[in-house]
Amino acid sequence: MDSALIPKGVKRCSIGQFALWIAVVGAVLLWGVWAMLLCYFRGLNQTNMNNAYGFALWIWADLAVIALGGGAFFTGLLRYIFGKDELKHIINYAVLIGFICYSSALLILAIDVGQPLRAWFIFWHANVHSMLTEVAFCLTCYFGVLTIEYVPLVLENRQIDRLPFFHNLTHNMHGIMALFAATGAFLSFFHQGSLGGVSGVLYGRPFGFRTGLLVWPWTFFLYTWSAAACGPCFTLFITRITEMATCKKLVKDSVVELLAKIAGWMLLTYIVAKIIDTVYWAAVTAPAMGLTLMDFYSNNPGSAYGLWILIAEVGVCGVLPAVMLVAPGIRSNPSMRFIAVTLAVIGACLNRWVMVLQVQAVPVLPFEGWFGYMPSWQEIATTILPVAYGIILISLSYRYLPVFPQEQELNPIEGGK
Amino acid sequence: MFPFSFEWVWDMGHMVFMGGLWYALGILGMGLTFCIIKAVYDTVQGKGGDHGHGHH
Repeated sequence: MDSALIPKGVKRCSIGQFALWIAVVGAVLLWGVWAMLLCYFRGLNQTNMNNAYGFALWIWADLAVIALGGGAFFTGLLRYIFGKDELKHIINYAVLIGFICYSSALLILAIDVGQPLRAWFIFWHANVHSMLTEVAFCLTCYFGVLTIEYVPLVLENRQIDRLPFFHNLTHNMHGIMALFAATGAFLSFFHQGSLGGVSGVLYGRPFGFRTGLLVWPWTFFLYTWSAAACGPCFTLFITRITEMATCKKLVKDSVVELLAKIAGWMLLTYIVAKIIDTVYWAAVTAPAMGLTLMDFYSNNPGSAYGLWILIAEVGVCGVLPAVMLVAPGIRSNPSMRFIAVTLAVIGACLNRWVMVLQVQAVPVLPFEGWFGYMPSWQEIATTILPVAYGIILISLSYRYLPVFPQEQELNPIEGGK
Repeated sequence: MFPFSFEWVWDMGHMVFMGGLWYALGILGMGLTFCIIKAVYDTVQGKGGDHGHGHH
């Protein structure tokens, strides 16, 4: 029925199976949309945010998907600026994943902003002293870059590509893609960094506050670094999930290994910097504010923020995957590589969690206790909404667009059609 | 965002911040415009009918 739209030389499931799959994921999507509409029409009283938690589950999800979507800018930088030509076999998917992550981030922000009709104020009446203004500018512009990078892939659909104008447009956009990739890297550096800077400049919140370089706290650089390290890991993670779901090899091992190796070295250098930052913060910055390390990790209900979370983030989900990805013997093993990239992805999410949620949970005055927070079902549903949207967009792109250039070669079918 | 917004001040903060924004938007806008105009020109010239080369 839709065979004319499917790329040549590849095999896809029947339209009935595909429709059933989309319907199942679509039901989850509709659940999220319902919660989103509740937030729009009834307001932010649908959430469990309060005076202690101005940032909550949504902002964590926002920061996490932006970090994980960093695979697009970093892979693009490696491919177009540093000339790692082999990565052309995975760049399409990195862009698609980045596009989903950033559109999800914007969707979450559109709900979180509370007054969507005034969302344009941040551009029109910009506060030039705010890290969040820089984030809004760079995020929006970079989403534009990702759209520009994703559009040629859409135009390469078999039927659209038959039209000479779109074929020429795709060709021209590929011709100057290095310019867009460089702009994307510039924008990503600043918005990833500014997201880290938001917690780093909170001098009233000693858990998040960091010293730094000029106007940039160290968290500014750590966020960009971790996004460049964990973003490609997320690309590899989703690629492997897609391969498992389709029961096909979609990208050659040499390509995957190259990206895993680069991500491993980025992760290793990041985690060394993170450890130095943590030690300096624990030994110098926090004591200067009259606090010790254990003030941030003890006496909280259920030990939700015990020392375990620091060990999990830096050790289990930081040092361990970095060593695994750097060691050639472990990296070349697909199962071990998958475990490593999974740990790295969890590590990035955990880092964003503590830098958003734990920062607000820690008491800052002597008479205060730890602040608790449990998201409402509306917050959870609207956070799952982008996941369902991402699965649907990946499914549609995989079915109708030439996302994986090596798929045909790796999965030859009889007759070649 | 614009010099005619009531809160605009000609200081370093506005020039760096807004300069960066308009620089990025300018590159994206000019790049995209170039691609579209060239695609129209190429199409008028009869290019793009063979589809003999891949991208990526």
